[in-house]
Amino acid sequence: MVFLVLTVIVLFVIAVVRVMTIAELSAELRNGRTDDVMTDEENKNQGLMWVVFMIAFFGFCIWQMVKYSDKLLPRAASEHGPEIDTLFNFSMLLITIVVVITHIVLVYQAYKNAGAKTRKATYFAHSNKLELIWTVIPAIVLTAMIVYGLTVWNRVIYPSDKPAIVMELYAKQFDWTARYAGNDNTLGRSDFRSIKEGNDLGLLEDSKADDDVIVKGEFHLIKGKPVRFKFRSRDVIHSAYMPHFRAQMNCVPGMETVFEFTPTVTTAEMRAELKNDAFNYVLLCNKVCGQAHYNMQMDIVVETQKEFDTWMAGQENWMQKQATAAPATGPVADATILSPVAKTDQSKEKH
Amino acid sequence: MSAMDTNPNAHGEHSEAVNTAIVHPHHDEHEHHDEHEHHHVETFWNKYVFSQDHKMISKQFLITAIFMGVTAMLMSLIFRLQLAWPGQSFPVLEVILGKWAPNGVLNSNFYLSLVTIHGTIMVFFVLTGGLSGTFSNLLIPLQVGARDMASGFLNMLSFWFFFVSTCIMFSSIFIETGPASGGWTVYPPLSALPTAMPGSGLGMTMWLVSMAIFIVSSLLGSLNYIVTIINLRTKGMSMTRLPLTIWAFLVTAILGVLSFPVLFAAALLLIFDRSFGTSFYLSDIYMDGRALEHNGGSPILYEHLFWFLGHPEVYIVLLPALGITSEVIATNARKPIFGYRAMIASILGIAFLSFIVWGHHMFITGMNPFLGSVFVFTTLLIAIPSAVKAFNYITTLWKGNLQFTPGMLFAIGLVSFFITGGVTGLILGDSALDINLHDTYFVVAHFHLVMGSAAIFGMFSGVYHWFPRMYGRVMNKKMGIAHFWLTFAGAYGVFFPMHFLGLAGVPRRYYSNTEFPMFNDLVDINILVTWFAILAGVAQVIFLFNFFYSIFRGQKSSQNPWRSNTLEWTASVKHIHGNWPGAIPEVHRWPYDYSKPGHEEDFVPQNVPLTEKELAEGEH
Repeated sequence: MVFLVLTVIVLFVIAVVRVMTIAELSAELRNGRTDDVMTDEENKNQGLMWVVFMIAFFGFCIWQMVKYSDKLLPRAASEHGPEIDTLFNFSMLLITIVVVITHIVLVYQAYKNAGAKTRKATYFAHSNKLELIWTVIPAIVLTAMIVYGLTVWNRVIYPSDKPAIVMELYAKQFDWTARYAGNDNTLGRSDFRSIKEGNDLGLLEDSKADDDVIVKGEFHLIKGKPVRFKFRSRDVIHSAYMPHFRAQMNCVPGMETVFEFTPTVTTAEMRAELKNDAFNYVLLCNKVCGQAHYNMQMDIVVETQKEFDTWMAGQENWMQKQATAAPATGPVADATILSPVAKTDQSKEKH
Repeated sequence: MSAMDTNPNAHGEHSEAVNTAIVHPHHDEHEHHDEHEHHHVETFWNKYVFSQDHKMISKQFLITAIFMGVTAMLMSLIFRLQLAWPGQSFPVLEVILGKWAPNGVLNSNFYLSLVTIHGTIMVFFVLTGGLSGTFSNLLIPLQVGARDMASGFLNMLSFWFFFVSTCIMFSSIFIETGPASGGWTVYPPLSALPTAMPGSGLGMTMWLVSMAIFIVSSLLGSLNYIVTIINLRTKGMSMTRLPLTIWAFLVTAILGVLSFPVLFAAALLLIFDRSFGTSFYLSDIYMDGRALEHNGGSPILYEHLFWFLGHPEVYIVLLPALGITSEVIATNARKPIFGYRAMIASILGIAFLSFIVWGHHMFITGMNPFLGSVFVFTTLLIAIPSAVKAFNYITTLWKGNLQFTPGMLFAIGLVSFFITGGVTGLILGDSALDINLHDTYFVVAHFHLVMGSAAIFGMFSGVYHWFPRMYGRVMNKKMGIAHFWLTFAGAYGVFFPMHFLGLAGVPRRYYSNTEFPMFNDLVDINILVTWFAILAGVAQVIFLFNFFYSIFRGQKSSQNPWRSNTLEWTASVKHIHGNWPGAIPEVHRWPYDYSKPGHEEDFVPQNVPLTEKELAEGEH
């Protein structure tokens, strides 16, 4: 079958070459070949094509904006999020204006100045005035963008000194573990050399760890309460991406990274707004980490203080967990895929 | 433009004034003392294989790059099938990929291999080796007025290192554990630990070896380009009479010499971490049921080293395309390029700034936020010289006499992509905005518009425009026009919708989007993108056919088919060693005297002496 298809393709190519040869030969006989000269008519048509194309292109862009506008992320669900979205809208407006105007000018010039035998170009080689204009104006606009952008950045990225709930997000191939710091709001110390069965996070013998609460599958946040995330990774670089909150931070083995935000919209509220009862905030991995990078996730629930307390009351803390755990038997089995043609992806279920 | 004199050419020759006709044979006895001339017998091996002639080497680079480009493009079509119709069985995939597509469904590890090798090939082998390697080699000696590169031998080596590097990278696709698959950026620890993913085994080793050899090739080439441009310009060819292609190639080569060694260092340290037990990038890792011995290193070190090359690299990709665009637009607009000096200043400005923006790839690595602020500042600054260039291209069209050859169409297309793609760089360069957009399809859209579209269009423009100089024939213009419009539409069709995917939060390097309900509504976008990709892919068949057919049966080229001013069009149409049968032309003016008042023709080549009026005015 493949052989047949290949034969057909080869014969087709040979046929096209033969037809072309005839076409070229007859063109040569008629009026000489002219692949190096654009006729007036060809130039005019191409000039027109530019206009047609630009109209189609703008139409295509507008169509996309209309069709896809409700498929993007919902409104920001964090305190700093709306600031980022406003900065984004402002910047997009600016660049859209630039793209539209420059393209109109570009295409208009292409159309208007389409070449002709009787046409003569104007020898206009430089103008310091023009260069100054389009150096200074972009410089001013960009300075404004820089100042605005950095103002937002400084507000968003530095951990504040507001009291915040401290929690850890621990990344490994291919799942997440969340650890709350408990009543002392201090995470127990950990070391990768202490990882063993029953101690996935490598927590050390540390009184601060006793009240830490470890959860998998989903973690909960309190509306209106700032949370300071500390990120760690067991094996390779991952990235904690929580797009609904406009939050992202790499998880790097060998160092701890930090990001802080305050959720402002509960899961229930967002479900009502989106008219989607199945909606959930989600944590994704956003730095390629291996085979199941595309399915490394954890649900995030934002709720009231009362709901959170109820949920937390049902969780075991570290001290309790250790009391009920079987004695450690050895190192922790890993989800790493060793064979290249693995049975299909093991991480299909959420952990 | 002052009539600055430069060193006479290597032979102290004084050429006669010539116009576009071939230089008349000169009885100067010095003309054959060229140390690059070989009076040996020309064999198949030293003419076509181990050639030291820059024109042959440029063709070798081009053909190799075309082969690699087709490979990488086919890879992208394969993974686009998976993204549009995830989990759907395509029996043809099993035929091509065997065990990597069991039951016609692409394996998720090999998906990552495909995107990795696609990116690696396109950035390095096509847009660096193929763009710089082809056009710097072809045009530098011809446009500066030299018999060949400063060292034909090193030039030959630069191609052969490139070829060896190509062979290693290509063959890595076929090994059992698969090629490198950590993305073209291959961050450790993922790329350092063979058990982290299969592609981090032998495939990653081959990637590193291939890249090390590629870097050698690039450095050899760059050295030659710099030395030739500075030392072997013909009489009268001052720096401010150089075509903008040469300025672009010169600055690109300098960028390469300064930044590629840093990638080499990054790769070397990674080889050490992988094979010799060091811990430059590794610390605190628990894998395969045990804590690894590596201690004290940081993956962030790799990111700094990689991006210190990685950012200049994208300008190494773009600058030659911009230089080509200047040349092709000026020639086909029958007008000087607007703002020649500003264009040079922009090239220099972009090059300088390109060294101090690399951190914008690292805003959310956990690096010090203040450092992030610094990189925001420098990144947005780089938009200024870029804007100047875009406006200057547009102004060159104004009141021109535009000849829409395929080369010209692609050059104007580049301007469109450069603007559209460049402005989204401003969004990504704004760190607060990068928080939600980093590593999403918004980034993929951005770099494909500036590199995968703008820079490639520069390459296509150059191929159509200088094909007569490479092969002595002209490519079919109707096919060229069709190729242009289909590719232009296809490229925008593929990459514009990706912005929306990124804004919806879709991450890069995801095998499938089916695991997240939040992405369910976006299936249509992926399907649209894939159909456009197929359209664009098929359109390249027109180009490939046109290219190879025209080499043998294209219309024979006249001496100067585009009526251009630059020196390469005065050289012998049939390739001869030494480029000009007689003396090398002497240069009297800059290359942009198109439609100049006081001249009958609408172009005045560089080797035409000044008229009395021009001499009186102190012209270029």
